[in-house]
Amino acid sequence: MGLDFTVVPDYFGALLMGAGWTVAITICAGLLSFFGGIVFAVIALYGHWALRLPVRAFAFLFMGTPLLLQLFLIYFGLIEVGIDLPAFAAGVIGLGLHFAVYNSELIQASIPAVDKGQYEGARTLGLSRGQTLRRIVIPQAVRAVIPPMGNNMIALLKDSALVSVIGVMELNLSAQQAISRTYRPFEFYLAAAFCYYIINLALEAGLRHLERRIAASR
Amino acid sequence: MTDQAFVTIKNAAKSFGKLQVLRDINLSVERGQIVAIIGPSGSGKSTLLRAINELDPLTSGEVWLEYVQINKTLPHRQHEAHVNQVRQNIGMVFQHFNLFPHLTVRGNITLAPRMLKGLSEADANKLAEEQLAKVGLTEKIDEHPSRLSGGQKQRVAIARALAMKPKVMLFDEATSALDHELVEEVNLVMKQLAEEHMTMIIVTHEMDFAASVCDRVLFMDQGVVVEEGPPAVIFQNPKEERTRNFLRKHLSR
Repeated sequence: MGLDFTVVPDYFGALLMGAGWTVAITICAGLLSFFGGIVFAVIALYGHWALRLPVRAFAFLFMGTPLLLQLFLIYFGLIEVGIDLPAFAAGVIGLGLHFAVYNSELIQASIPAVDKGQYEGARTLGLSRGQTLRRIVIPQAVRAVIPPMGNNMIALLKDSALVSVIGVMELNLSAQQAISRTYRPFEFYLAAAFCYYIINLALEAGLRHLERRIAASR
Repeated sequence: MTDQAFVTIKNAAKSFGKLQVLRDINLSVERGQIVAIIGPSGSGKSTLLRAINELDPLTSGEVWLEYVQINKTLPHRQHEAHVNQVRQNIGMVFQHFNLFPHLTVRGNITLAPRMLKGLSEADANKLAEEQLAKVGLTEKIDEHPSRLSGGQKQRVAIARALAMKPKVMLFDEATSALDHELVEEVNLVMKQLAEEHMTMIIVTHEMDFAASVCDRVLFMDQGVVVEEGPPAVIFQNPKEERTRNFLRKHLSR
C-alpha cells in the first residue's frame, strides 16, 4: 500500500480550521509570553521580595518541568480548586506563561545592558525611575532581544501541538481525527507538518520584517 | 536672602570612600551668566557639574537654584519627587549625547514635555519644531538618532533640553566626543544661547570657546577651585602656578 494523498482534500476544511486555531493560540500565547516576560523581568530585577520570591519560584517550576505536565495541571488540576478553564484558555495560559519565563530571562539580561547614559539622559529631564524604566529602558532592552525572543515564538508555535492533549481542536488534533477516520496516518501527519511549515515560514518572515524595522531605532 | 544668586554652591564636598574629589567649593552664578569650568582630567569639574542636578550627589554642602535647595535632605520618596521636580528646570547636555535611540528626533524632544508638563500632542509638536528650528535641524524631525552625525545629535540633545524651558543649562564636555569639523556647529548653537542670556555652566576642554563666550572661568585641580575670574585674566594673566602650567599645555595646541 503506497501513499495516497487523494484522501487529504476531503479533510482540507478540517485541517484549515485546525491551522486557524494553531495560529490563534500561537498569537494569544505569544502576546502573553511577550508581556508576561516583561512583567516577570521587571519584578525579578526591581520587585519587592514578597513579589520577587514567588515569581522566581514560579519561573523555576515552569523551566524545570515539562510543558505537557503544566498543561495538564492548568486544565485538569485547577478544576479541583474550582477553576474550570475552557481548553483554549488553558492552552494559551500554559504556553504563554511557559514561554514568558524564557522571554523574561532574556529581558532580565538585557535591561542592565542598556547604556547608563540613557538613564542619565532621562533622569536629567525630570523623569522618575519608573517613567525612565517604562519609556526608555524597557523599550530598548526589548528591542535588543527581539531575535532570540523570535526564536522562542517559533518554539512556541511548534509546541502549540501539545495543547491537542487537552482537547483544543488545533492542527495536530485535526490531523489525528482525520487519521482515525481514514487510517492514513502518514498522509495526514505529512499534511499537518506541511501546514506547520507554512505557518512557520510566515512567522519567520514577520519576525525578519520586524527586525528590519527596528534596526534604525537601536 | 537678598544676596541669593541664581545658582549657588556652598561648601561643596564629595568623596568616594577615602578619595576626596571635591573640597570646599563655593560658586555663585548670576542669572544670564556663562561660567566655564576648566581643568585637567580628574580635577572634579564634571563631578561638580553633575552635583548641581543631583546626578552625583554631594557628600556635604549645599546647591541652590534661586530659592530652592536642590540637595535637600528628605525621606527617600520625597527626595525623589523633589529631585524630579527641580531637574525639570536644569537642562543638561552630555559628552555622548544620550539621545534615546528608539525614538525619533521628535519623540526625543516631546517625551518629557508631554509626560511631565502634560502638553498635548499638537503643542508638543509645535514645541519640537520651534526647538529644532533653533538648532537648525527642522528637516530631521522624523529621523532616528542613528541617522544623524555627531554634531547633529548634540544639537538635537540641546533642543531636547531646551524644550523643558530650563532656567539653567549644564554642558558636560559637549563637544569632546565630536570630530573636529563638527565642533563648530555645536559651538554656534551654544553661542546663540549665550546671546539669548541663557544661564550656562560649561565644563570644557576648549579654551578658545571658553575665552570667547564665557563671563567667568573657573580653573579646577584636584577637587578645588584653584583660580577664577574673567577669561581675560585667567587666560592672559593667571596668578597661580598650577593654572599657568595647565594653560601652557592646552593653549599651545
